[in-house]
Amino acid sequence: MTVYLVRRLIQALFVVLAMSVIVFVGVFAIGDPVEILISPDADQIERERAVQALGLDLPLWHQYLVFLGNALQGDLGRSFVFNEPALKLILQRMPATLELAFGAMFLSILIGLPLGLYAGLRPNAPASKAIMAGSILGFSLPTFWVGLMLIMVFAVQLGWLPSTGRGDTGALFGLQWSFLTVDGLAHMAMPALNLALFKISLVIRLTRAGVRETMLMDYVKFARAKGLSPARVTFVHVFKNILIPVVTVVGLELGSTIAFSVVTESVFAWPGMGKLIIDSINVLDRPVIVAYLMIIVLMFITINLIVDLTYSMLDPRVRLETKGT
Amino acid sequence: MAEPTLEVRNLRTHFFTRAGVVKAVDDVSFTVERGKVLGLVGESGSGKSVTGFSIIGLVDPPGRIAGGQILFKGRDLARISEEEMRSLRGNRIAMIFQDPMMTLNPVLRIDTQMIETVQAHRKCSNEEARQRARDTLGMVGIPSPDERLKSYPHQFSGGMRQRVAIAIALLHEPELIIADEPTTALDVTIQGQILAEVQKLAATTGTSLIWITHDLSVVAGLADDIAVMYAGRIVEKGAVSEVLDTPLHPYTAGLIGSVPSRNKRGEPLRQIPGMTPSLLNLPPGCAFRSRCPRAAEPCMAEPAMEQILPGREVRCFLPLTGTTEQAA
Repeated sequence: MTVYLVRRLIQALFVVLAMSVIVFVGVFAIGDPVEILISPDADQIERERAVQALGLDLPLWHQYLVFLGNALQGDLGRSFVFNEPALKLILQRMPATLELAFGAMFLSILIGLPLGLYAGLRPNAPASKAIMAGSILGFSLPTFWVGLMLIMVFAVQLGWLPSTGRGDTGALFGLQWSFLTVDGLAHMAMPALNLALFKISLVIRLTRAGVRETMLMDYVKFARAKGLSPARVTFVHVFKNILIPVVTVVGLELGSTIAFSVVTESVFAWPGMGKLIIDSINVLDRPVIVAYLMIIVLMFITINLIVDLTYSMLDPRVRLETKGT
Repeated sequence: MAEPTLEVRNLRTHFFTRAGVVKAVDDVSFTVERGKVLGLVGESGSGKSVTGFSIIGLVDPPGRIAGGQILFKGRDLARISEEEMRSLRGNRIAMIFQDPMMTLNPVLRIDTQMIETVQAHRKCSNEEARQRARDTLGMVGIPSPDERLKSYPHQFSGGMRQRVAIAIALLHEPELIIADEPTTALDVTIQGQILAEVQKLAATTGTSLIWITHDLSVVAGLADDIAVMYAGRIVEKGAVSEVLDTPLHPYTAGLIGSVPSRNKRGEPLRQIPGMTPSLLNLPPGCAFRSRCPRAAEPCMAEPAMEQILPGREVRCFLPLTGTTEQAA
């Protein structure tokens, strides 16, 4: 197990290194921030001074090495716009995005698993057909449109839920979280549901497919032949088997939810990382973009690792293989 | 004479599909006495597995029992509620499946799968249940059962898994075990060991067995009685020694003739020509007619099960009575 973990961590290190090169070069190719940052009236001397101050006069490889050297000391550069460390800027916004993403994940499992289970156990019931039709809508309706509709119905017409911002926050681990207050939860409800919609559909379909496949297995029939109650067969014998694909996909989706919650955050004016990155791209604030992408890469690697570890907990066959290596 | 463990009367299990009604089991009757082994023999698709699932009440839709009685110690299993049936399954009637690689849940430990079976039918502590599981594993010849209980199915070989499955079937000392080709997927030495084990257990505990198989050599060594199924019907039944020595039905004779070891070396192997007819549109008359070397005019009508010798029943108008001839 330990050997496996160490190997995975070394692999991860290389991935991060490779990604940093790609990200750095990629952002460099997008455009010159000088044009946007320095006022057009500035004369040549002022321009050069500014360029020098930002370190933009150095050749690309030199800039990269400086960036790498600083990164190793935990410094991912200073934002051109805010003149603050990029990492700090992003970390300030991170709790908002994280709680939104986790809220969405939580909803997708809470709603998706039971519905998928029902649809899988009773494939011909009218309710199952309605669930499956609904999941197609969840897949295909564009997020921003659903977000606007949610605002229109629940905020504008019914007036039940607030439409923008995080609301009151409570402190935990020195950070501000919305889910700790009732008002914050009310603010979170709509964006989280909006973000969860796609994932709910995904979980429903995965669960249903898994249940239908597993129910045909001999071991399920054998479990019934042992005289177990239907509940025991469903929730122990079937459920544990379908959790494997569900955990994988939900885990991987968590990463993309965090990384790409941009649309939902924009619609609901949720002050998270997604909004920050969109603003930074608009003004070509390179250090923030690079820092953001690096954090996302790290996050994906971490999530993948956690998914693999969870996997080995659920599936004993995986465990043995990792022990052997 | 004691009451038989199981008496199946005119059982019909039909599958109501969109393409039509499939009569997988059609008018099947047989009796299994206490402590006896019945070999249920037939080709793939002859309805022998469906017969087994009908008895234990696990026929999945679109199939259902369309008629007949399944008298288990005088109680008709075709009429009782699902809840009553469940209390019998795994308790008084157990089943062993064909593929040991597939019958144990891959993500649950052996002890979980055994303890849950004990506790499904008896209120007892985990420790008592574990004790029972350990004893039963020892009984079917699994070394160091304590350690093995903590293993997962993938850590066992095929033969060991089938032993575990048999141990699970034996947990509640059932009156009847339905074994659906349990040794087909195993190699011959393991098959021999398991057959010997089962025979010993049946003899010592008085458990009745229905042994479903297509392998006549297994039946010859293990069973007391034999019932030969063809296209959803029993075509011949009787004591194993008599049926195998002097088959009455041309199909039984053909089956026996198809066993390769009965041929002389160098001779072309014997076979029954053609294949089993589709159960969806069975032609009228005898179902074996089209493949039968003795088929004649009367076979256009449907033959009934008749006792033509003491203890021998056959469903044929032109049985191979008294003659020494063998169907080719």
